[in-house]
Amino acid sequence: MAASPHTAAPPARFGVVIFPGSNCDADTHDAIETFAGAEGRYLWHKETRLDDLDCVILPGGFSYGDYLRSGAIARFSPLMEAVRRFAAEGGLVMGICNGFQVLLEAGLLPGAMQQNEKLKFICRLVSLKVENDQTPFTRRYRQGQVIQAPIAHHEGNYFIDEEGLAELEANGQVVLRYCDPEGEVTQEANPNGSLANIAGICNREGNVFGMMPHPERVCDALVGGTDGRGVFDSIIDSVRERSGR
Amino acid sequence: MSNTTGQDTGQKPAYELLGLTAGEYRGICERMGREPNYVELAVFSLMWSEHCGYKHSRPLLGRLPTEGERILQGPGENAGIVDIGGGLAVAMKIESHNHPSAIEPFQGAATGIGGIVRDIFAMGARPVANLDPLHFGSLDKPRQRFLLDGVVEGIAAYGNCMGIPTVAGEIHFEDAYEDNCLINVMCVGLVRQEDIIRARATGPGNLVVLIGSSTGRDGIGGASILASAEFDETAEEKRPTVQVGNPFMEKKLLEACLEMRDKGLLVALQDLGAGGLSSSSSEMASKGGTGIDIDIARVPLREPDMEPFEIMISESQERMLAVVEPSREAEVMAVCEKWDLDATVVGKVTDTGRLRVFDGDEPIADMPVKALVDEAPTYVVEPRRPEHERDQPLPEDHYPQPEDLGRVLLDLLASPNVCSKRWVYEQYDHMVQTDNALWPGGDAAVLRIKGRRDGIALTSDGNGRRTFLDPRRGGRAVVAEAARNLSCVGAEPLAITNCLNFGNPEKGPIYYQFQQAVEGMAEACEALGTPVTGGNVSFYNESFGQAVYPNPVVGMLGLVEDTGRLGTHRFQNAGDLILLAGDARPAADGSEYQLTVHGEVAGRIPDVDLEGERRLQALVRRAVREGLAASAHDISDGGLACCIAESAIEGGLGAAVDLEALAGGARDGLRPDLLLFGEVSGLVVLSAAPAAARRLQEEAGDVPLAVIGEVGGDRLTFTGAGGPAIDVPLAAAADAWQNALERRMAP
Repeated sequence: MAASPHTAAPPARFGVVIFPGSNCDADTHDAIETFAGAEGRYLWHKETRLDDLDCVILPGGFSYGDYLRSGAIARFSPLMEAVRRFAAEGGLVMGICNGFQVLLEAGLLPGAMQQNEKLKFICRLVSLKVENDQTPFTRRYRQGQVIQAPIAHHEGNYFIDEEGLAELEANGQVVLRYCDPEGEVTQEANPNGSLANIAGICNREGNVFGMMPHPERVCDALVGGTDGRGVFDSIIDSVRERSGR
Repeated sequence: MSNTTGQDTGQKPAYELLGLTAGEYRGICERMGREPNYVELAVFSLMWSEHCGYKHSRPLLGRLPTEGERILQGPGENAGIVDIGGGLAVAMKIESHNHPSAIEPFQGAATGIGGIVRDIFAMGARPVANLDPLHFGSLDKPRQRFLLDGVVEGIAAYGNCMGIPTVAGEIHFEDAYEDNCLINVMCVGLVRQEDIIRARATGPGNLVVLIGSSTGRDGIGGASILASAEFDETAEEKRPTVQVGNPFMEKKLLEACLEMRDKGLLVALQDLGAGGLSSSSSEMASKGGTGIDIDIARVPLREPDMEPFEIMISESQERMLAVVEPSREAEVMAVCEKWDLDATVVGKVTDTGRLRVFDGDEPIADMPVKALVDEAPTYVVEPRRPEHERDQPLPEDHYPQPEDLGRVLLDLLASPNVCSKRWVYEQYDHMVQTDNALWPGGDAAVLRIKGRRDGIALTSDGNGRRTFLDPRRGGRAVVAEAARNLSCVGAEPLAITNCLNFGNPEKGPIYYQFQQAVEGMAEACEALGTPVTGGNVSFYNESFGQAVYPNPVVGMLGLVEDTGRLGTHRFQNAGDLILLAGDARPAADGSEYQLTVHGEVAGRIPDVDLEGERRLQALVRRAVREGLAASAHDISDGGLACCIAESAIEGGLGAAVDLEALAGGARDGLRPDLLLFGEVSGLVVLSAAPAAARRLQEEAGDVPLAVIGEVGGDRLTFTGAGGPAIDVPLAAAADAWQNALERRMAP
């Protein structure tokens, strides 16, 4: 999609990874294409050149079948080496659902995923509290804002040791938490048993972000809502600001 | 080629062990001009099994209408195809995986999904939705909870991994399914009309390429031994006939096949399902009017020392057979390599009209394709009306009226057949592909089509209990109900696919039920303009001589003009009027009320007025599309009271209903319990703002449309001449309905 005419800024360039077994790649790509300031291309898991991109998204799905542990094989793909370099150089990297699991397995984000507390796959619209609105992925939201997005996973029960959690909290790396519709972070509102109701975190530098809920599924009022658009708008804003566009 | 298959060696003859009769064996010998060897006999035994050969159903299925201006592909291919305009088409098919799931619920259900999904992309279509109608025994029994848990997990594991949303289905629990659950799986795909691929192996000299998983010993004899016989004490021994699924492999297979489709590399494509290589190759040759030579020495094997017949009939999952021009072989291999898939040229198309099997250079089987595919014998059984069937319905005063109708409402709302199925559908990814224009739990699913204003609506329905009481009326009712569900979301019904689940057709009463149900479905399909695009017949759903309820399950496709204007069953505004559309008299016979409260299934269900049904549905669609109706909900399990309660619960708004306003027309003089909980086809509850309600009544023409109550408050009240018959807090009804299944399934 072309850049919007009144800004004349070149669009933010997104890469959407396809691992064998990815299944939200097209949804994410299609969502990106609905933003005037963005364009997306697919990244095959064997690709290694990312230098034309502003943001790499690892989408949801079951990379390599996830028979071992979600994301455990994907981290070894040739592309992930390139993603590591891309992130080290400050590129924006976002993992959604399985993509988040891959980022954890790859060590780009701290912590690990366990199976959901009730050992069942859960697909449901949940409420999320934005805890940090200063990241390149959430700047369009307000701190404390409650947004709605669906989860769809079997392993989204986030865990990290006590020290790690303290570090996350101290550095503002907990970006999204499961909450009730009023924004209260309660045990009842925690769908999967995640530690401290964590739904999304970023790295210390703030350029790598993972979230279990699917923002790409709530980018259109016709299919469930538009609360996810803020994530993509935030990234587009960040890219413009960084490049002085 | 040795000829020992017909000899008596002191044991049963080989043909009998493979499930063939002596007469069928003679028929095979005649067509072969000699005795078949073991490989040939094994192939025939599959192709002439009930599952593949439709021996008892073929003569009757001809009764179903299969043509219409939108039907691009009727029965006979991997799936049916319906034109939805703008160059797009919908591929749809439903199948059963009953016996495998009864033995091994997780893998049985998972591979059911795998098989039906392959049928859809074999047509060149991208699968966009799964629907799963499931029937189990009572959840009071631990084994049934185990089955439900395993089946749902199997469906979830396979469908979720494939990235295909499971958007609808139905779940029913009743003792008749205790030893023989019904696990039906439906898949729907979208395809540009010029991209449709068929399974016609044309062009002698073209290559036959086997793509996907290697071939193992899993699923040997699935179609003949497992699917075409009743269950008995040896059921457990049949576990090895159940296949094991690998959804990751299938996801790669799907993407690779669609990439080959886009590159125009495929002459024909067929999945390997029941009967494995035998049926896929012979069916492709039959449709192409050709022959095929297969070299089993080239088939990649999962384990060494497999017998030739095992290779030919293995039902290992995640395999496709493609016909490819020799000049495109390298491109096909390149796509498969990209997706890390094995692809092997295992044969070629010939002009011989024969399926010939070689092991390297050595010929090991040589059979006429026509005999395999088209000449399975058909059987007509003397139909016998089952003894339980009645000419008359039960007298309306047959049961005493319960004193506490509020209690009845809460009990029915908590019945596993009525309650919310959220516990199930939340385990399915129902949003992937981001086309879900409605959330699950309504009368039908609606998917948008990206880039278009219109969308497709889908539902699946079955009602074995009602069909058991009267198979012809049941057949009519199930088609009418599916169409009514589509109409409630605003969709025009277009076509159906069906899965006919019955007992052993060799028995007169079962054959009768099948014949009558098909007749009823045919009548309704004709009246409602929804031809049959294909489907599946599942016989022998019996255990120890006891058959399941005769259960024709219908999957129906509809089209909505504007996905921005959909009907839901949710009450929207306090002050809206509640209207009852239709003129039918509910009855206890065959209802959930009869079973739950009075503990039996008896009588005769009311018939469907198909002409009235057609007019009713047209009115409901208009009301939804013109935005006059704020909600629309079909009255089905649990009757009118449960219908209104569901709309109230979903909308978070109470309702006050006047029973006297309900009792006019066909319902004159009907007792309150039957008005509230009786069941009949042909009734829909609407809600509308008062002005819109008036307009609706003006436009209703000859469809009776009565104002029966008002939305609002926090209670559900149904008031008759003598005061409130029901007065319960909405919260109590909501709790009963929303949490019943989760409570039943809690460890």
